Amino acid sequence: MNGLAGFLWGRRDEILALTGEHLVLVAVSAAIATAIGVPLGVALTRQPGLARPVLGFANTVQAIPSLALFGFLIPVPILGGIGARTAIVALVVYSLLPILRNTHAGILSVEPAVVEAADGIGMTRGERLRMVELPLAFPVVLAGIRVAVVVGVGLATIAAAIGAGGLGVLIYRGVATADHRLILAGALPAAALALALDFLLGLVARRWGPRR
Amino acid sequence: MTSPILEYADVRKDFSADRPVLEHFSLTVGPGETVALVGPSGCGKTTALKLANRLLEPDGGTVRVFGRPAGEQEPVALRRRIGFVIQEGGLFPHWTVRENVEAVPRLLGWSPERRRERSDAMLATVGLPAGAFAPRRPASLSGGERQRVGVARALAAAPSLVLMDEPFGALDPIARRAMQKEFLAWRTRWDAAVLLVTHDLGEAFRLADRVAVMASGRIRQVGPPDALRREPADAFVREFVSEFLA
Repeated sequence: MNGLAGFLWGRRDEILALTGEHLVLVAVSAAIATAIGVPLGVALTRQPGLARPVLGFANTVQAIPSLALFGFLIPVPILGGIGARTAIVALVVYSLLPILRNTHAGILSVEPAVVEAADGIGMTRGERLRMVELPLAFPVVLAGIRVAVVVGVGLATIAAAIGAGGLGVLIYRGVATADHRLILAGALPAAALALALDFLLGLVARRWGPRR
Repeated sequence: MTSPILEYADVRKDFSADRPVLEHFSLTVGPGETVALVGPSGCGKTTALKLANRLLEPDGGTVRVFGRPAGEQEPVALRRRIGFVIQEGGLFPHWTVRENVEAVPRLLGWSPERRRERSDAMLATVGLPAGAFAPRRPASLSGGERQRVGVARALAAAPSLVLMDEPFGALDPIARRAMQKEFLAWRTRWDAAVLLVTHDLGEAFRLADRVAVMASGRIRQVGPPDALRREPADAFVREFVSEFLA
């Protein structure tokens, strides 16, 4: 164990730099997925006919093996290629489903009596959404973002395969050289990052969630 | 008689093709008057109520509110002029009691000072002193307290028409009775017209100036409670009323 600690300590600069890259990959893709998924999830509650096909499609996309998706994206113009941009596109695709699904479910979970009261006292649809539905759906939406982020941290390790950097770089190097210490040098910080982000988003849920 | 606040003229509403939910529905509610719509569940009374603030639209006939056809009035603006109370009050669970009471004044853009003054007064009226209750959230209130907040919210912008759909329906019999007594006391202080939907004939008789007995989408009889007791129009009304008297 001492050997591993010393090994990690000796590479701390590289591990820190790659953790930073990793965090950027996950944070940027989660932010983009939230910016797309929340409005789209709300829109699906207003167009119930579209909800099934759109959620079904998102489900299917989610089922594409991640390494294959990264590979498919390489030849795609603008979105694809080698590097972080392609990885972010792929991560957005995977993060979108939990956020979309939870936003849709969260808005629909608001009690019908509360929605009726909002309409009945004369809220516009925008006011109802902003003042009532989104605040009450917030914990469910945030739970979706949490899932997306934690899954994203794991998936982002694969992004190293297309030259996007991040902690996957150490894992791939470790696998290639059969050096389990290198694999751990990538895997341990990735796991710690996932737990830390989950904890942080849990704090956000408690601090800014609706009190009842 | 002065012109009614709310008037239904031969209104029809169908949700499906087979049987209309409301048919030949005509009723007026005058200024300051309380009219109860009473009948078994599924008789169309809630549907009738929702036509008044355009939560539903009629398929035939006209609904007039404040002297003008409801269909010609912008729904959001119309609803802000009409108080609305539903079972359990339909309170916003993430808002405090004060925020709930100030909901309509806030939508109407009142200043914070004016809103606060008004919510203090409304909470006092319904027997919930603002000092103790304003910062609380609906989940921490009893059923009766929630109902009072619902009434305070409906009246906060001083509407001249209030729609109440089973306002005391979620309460136990003792709390219900207490709320009914308070309703009568409040009634002397507001001059709003009230359309009250209830399945409880006793409640209708105690609270309303006139009672409309409904069955399967039609009004069987409208009149003051005494008239319904003394001269029921048909066998249905007689039986319905006798159950209450028994």
